[in-house]
Amino acid sequence: MPDPVKPDISALIRLLGPGIADLLSGREIELEHVTLEFSELELQIPLSVPLPVQNPGIVSGTHPPSFTGKIPDSLISETFFAEPETYSSRIREVTIGGTRSEGGSRGRSITVGGSSSLPFSQPEHPPAHPPVISLDVFDTKISMPKVLRAHLGDVMDDPAAWAKLNVEKFGADMVTIHLISTDPLIQDKSPREASRTVEEVLQAVDVPIIIGGCGDPKKDAATFIEISAMAEGEGLLLNSVTSDMAEVKTLEPVCKAASESGHCLLGFTGLDLNNAKELNRRIYPHFPPDRLLMDLTTVALGYGLEYSFSIHERARLSALMGDTELQHPTLSACTNAWSAREAWMNLGPGFGSVDLRGPLWESIGGITLLLAGVDLFLMMHPLAVSTMREVSSRLMNPGMPESHGADWVSAKI
Amino acid sequence: MEIKKKKGIKEISPIDVYKLLPRTNCGECSEANCMAFATKVVNGEASVDLCRPLFTPEHTAAYGGLQELLAPPVKTVTFGSGESAAVIGGKHVLFRHEFTYQYPTIIAIDIADDLDPDALSERVNQVSRFTYSYIGRTLRLDALAIRCVSGDPARFREAVLQVSEVSPLPLILCSHDPGVIGAALSVCADKKPLIFAVTAKNWREMGKVAVHYSCPVVVSASGDLSLLRSLARTLQDWGIEDIVLDPGTYHGEHIATTIHAFTAIRKTACKDFDPLFGHPLLGTPISVWNGQELSDEMNRWQEAYLSSMLITRYADLLIMHSLEGWVLLPQLIWRFGIYTDPRKPVSVDPGVRPFGNPGPGSPVLITSNYALTYFTVEADIKAAKIDCYLVVADTGGLSVEAAVAGRYFSASKIAESLREYKVAEMVSHNYLIIPGLAARLSGETEEESGWRVLVGPRDSSAIGQMIREHWPPAEE
Ligand code: SF4
Repeated sequence: MPDPVKPDISALIRLLGPGIADLLSGREIELEHVTLEFSELELQIPLSVPLPVQNPGIVSGTHPPSFTGKIPDSLISETFFAEPETYSSRIREVTIGGTRSEGGSRGRSITVGGSSSLPFSQPEHPPAHPPVISLDVFDTKISMPKVLRAHLGDVMDDPAAWAKLNVEKFGADMVTIHLISTDPLIQDKSPREASRTVEEVLQAVDVPIIIGGCGDPKKDAATFIEISAMAEGEGLLLNSVTSDMAEVKTLEPVCKAASESGHCLLGFTGLDLNNAKELNRRIYPHFPPDRLLMDLTTVALGYGLEYSFSIHERARLSALMGDTELQHPTLSACTNAWSAREAWMNLGPGFGSVDLRGPLWESIGGITLLLAGVDLFLMMHPLAVSTMREVSSRLMNPGMPESHGADWVSAKI
Repeated sequence: MEIKKKKGIKEISPIDVYKLLPRTNCGECSEANCMAFATKVVNGEASVDLCRPLFTPEHTAAYGGLQELLAPPVKTVTFGSGESAAVIGGKHVLFRHEFTYQYPTIIAIDIADDLDPDALSERVNQVSRFTYSYIGRTLRLDALAIRCVSGDPARFREAVLQVSEVSPLPLILCSHDPGVIGAALSVCADKKPLIFAVTAKNWREMGKVAVHYSCPVVVSASGDLSLLRSLARTLQDWGIEDIVLDPGTYHGEHIATTIHAFTAIRKTACKDFDPLFGHPLLGTPISVWNGQELSDEMNRWQEAYLSSMLITRYADLLIMHSLEGWVLLPQLIWRFGIYTDPRKPVSVDPGVRPFGNPGPGSPVLITSNYALTYFTVEADIKAAKIDCYLVVADTGGLSVEAAVAGRYFSASKIAESLREYKVAEMVSHNYLIIPGLAARLSGETEEESGWRVLVGPRDSSAIGQMIREHWPPAEE
């Protein structure tokens, strides 16, 4: 295979996104074995995988050889009209980020959700709001693949600078600050310390902010309550509330704190719609449904992405057909792509450099779930971000092509 | 629109099928009785062809009835011959969660007829050689699309001849010129290639070629779904049944047109049972190579994500140009995933698996019973050629990460597994290697189980290296 080691990605980068070229120019091309600690960043899930049907059980249609030899006199004219499809219900709209008039300090707020039809199935019904991209910031130095680190330079020790880079250079709509230092099994930093980090990020950028916890249901509750009060009016999205919180009785206090200070919540469940609905039912008595989003779990391509895809399709379809407990916008952590070895490992010259394979892994996971209706994406690699941005904006604004398509048949390639 | 009132696969009950079976409960299908078999059939778990008594003359009508009852709204089309023949289409539903998608998307790589013979052979060989080992299976490419770039029928025929000599893969013959296609078919019709394409301009002449050689055809009408239906209707009336639809694959700015067209066609087939759109769909990500003057990397990048979108959105057959592994790998893996049965959660049986020839001094490793985790670890251990015992803990089918987070893979679970499977009796040491992703459990595990814990790599690909460097463990 030609040129497996040094991909010419400069043109690619130039076309996809301004600002990325300079960053990538300093990238390191050699591959190395890296370790990943994503398990600590995004809780993963109940899942198990079915194997493909080897021998499809259904008989194929009958095709009797019925060549009559009777050639029609002329082309028989048929027409096609796509029947407009309407649904009884729509997804709730949730606005994240509080501006000055709402008591916050964000430059603008962002609304997600509002869909009233299946995603990108009809040109006349684009989603009500464009998909939104949030870029990750971590409050603790973590190990991550070189291909991701290469774009970050020295901001990894400084959450505020990292957030600024995400917004100014990579065009993030939002920033997620993952407070993994609060994990009792790691640094066990106090809610107060975590809150100070969030304050710094709020001062550094004026986009809406997502707060990521450490996954411990008690500690996260304490952290979220502290931050809710500190950032009243900022319209944060707290990522996330879980059934585990209900079990240790911290769900209600978190809901109340977030509700009183005007924040949004993300309910996280592991690839199970019944659990998602049950968690929502436990949240409703203490929190306004129109400020609630769902994370139904995103698994990496190769590790069960099809589960995430199907659960989002099912959720969206049920919601549009009237299931009020599922009528919430959804969020996907497509950064989970980087837990797939195919995203970061050197697989030999036949499989190209991770400089392209890695961001492609993240892009395809994100685009697949975009097609399933996801509204908000947590992402990391600049190339994946610009690809997602490009694809989603083109899907949002369909135009009829003038030409009859490219003639690839006789093209010299 | 003539719409046959037909039941969708989800509306067919086992009784509908049972009524047409011989009802003798003879057991030849390996089921206890005809009703049990009928249930398997409607669930897509067994083919009616397994009921051999149906093939006796007295059941001919019933067999026909069953075929009609169970026929998918999207017909199947077969091209190629022998073992590597490709079957495409056969779809029952729009959504994967309704019923397992049948017949995984066939991926064809293009071959230009103006390549010199050596380059042509090399490209064909590259396609055949391309494999990736994924959870114990070998993923590979399926077909070749030979394009007439030369415009010369003789040259095209030569290229087709050469390709079919070096490769058994099914072929797609690509040209809008019926003379060119006819020239090629004169030497390879027995291979039953797929003809690309019948268009508004050439339908009569290309149709004749297809009829003459009894080969399946693609009807192509870029950006015009009415014309696409007109072409399908015309060919069907003519008696041509094996039809593949090409609504045109637009990329870049017009990618939405592609997604909308594929979705509209498949919806019309699966929801309205429209016979004109009830054919397999061809996507041509290769189209990105003739759009704008872009760098090769840019074209590959676009072709990569466009292909995955088409696999998601109903393409039954793809023609691609890139042969780069980083472009193809995600397609093969995504195709594998989206065509798995969404209903059956599969985990592997918990227990102890020996690898190689383990003895009392061999390492003991532990992992989860999530199928993807297990198969990955299994493949890595085999590749590293090490003798060891692998304990597969019952984590409820969760991956290690998920099971640690959800407390299904805990110190007490590990201790319990070691006891239950009597691992202590298999070896003369008490060292257990736990997954790197479960590192935080090591202290507790030592306390609960009495075993000494070594933390393994976070990715099982490094198991071989770890064993080589750290086994046997240095005694303190
Ligand atoms: S082989 Fe046919 S007749 Fe015999 S038990 Fe099975 S379904 Fe019934």
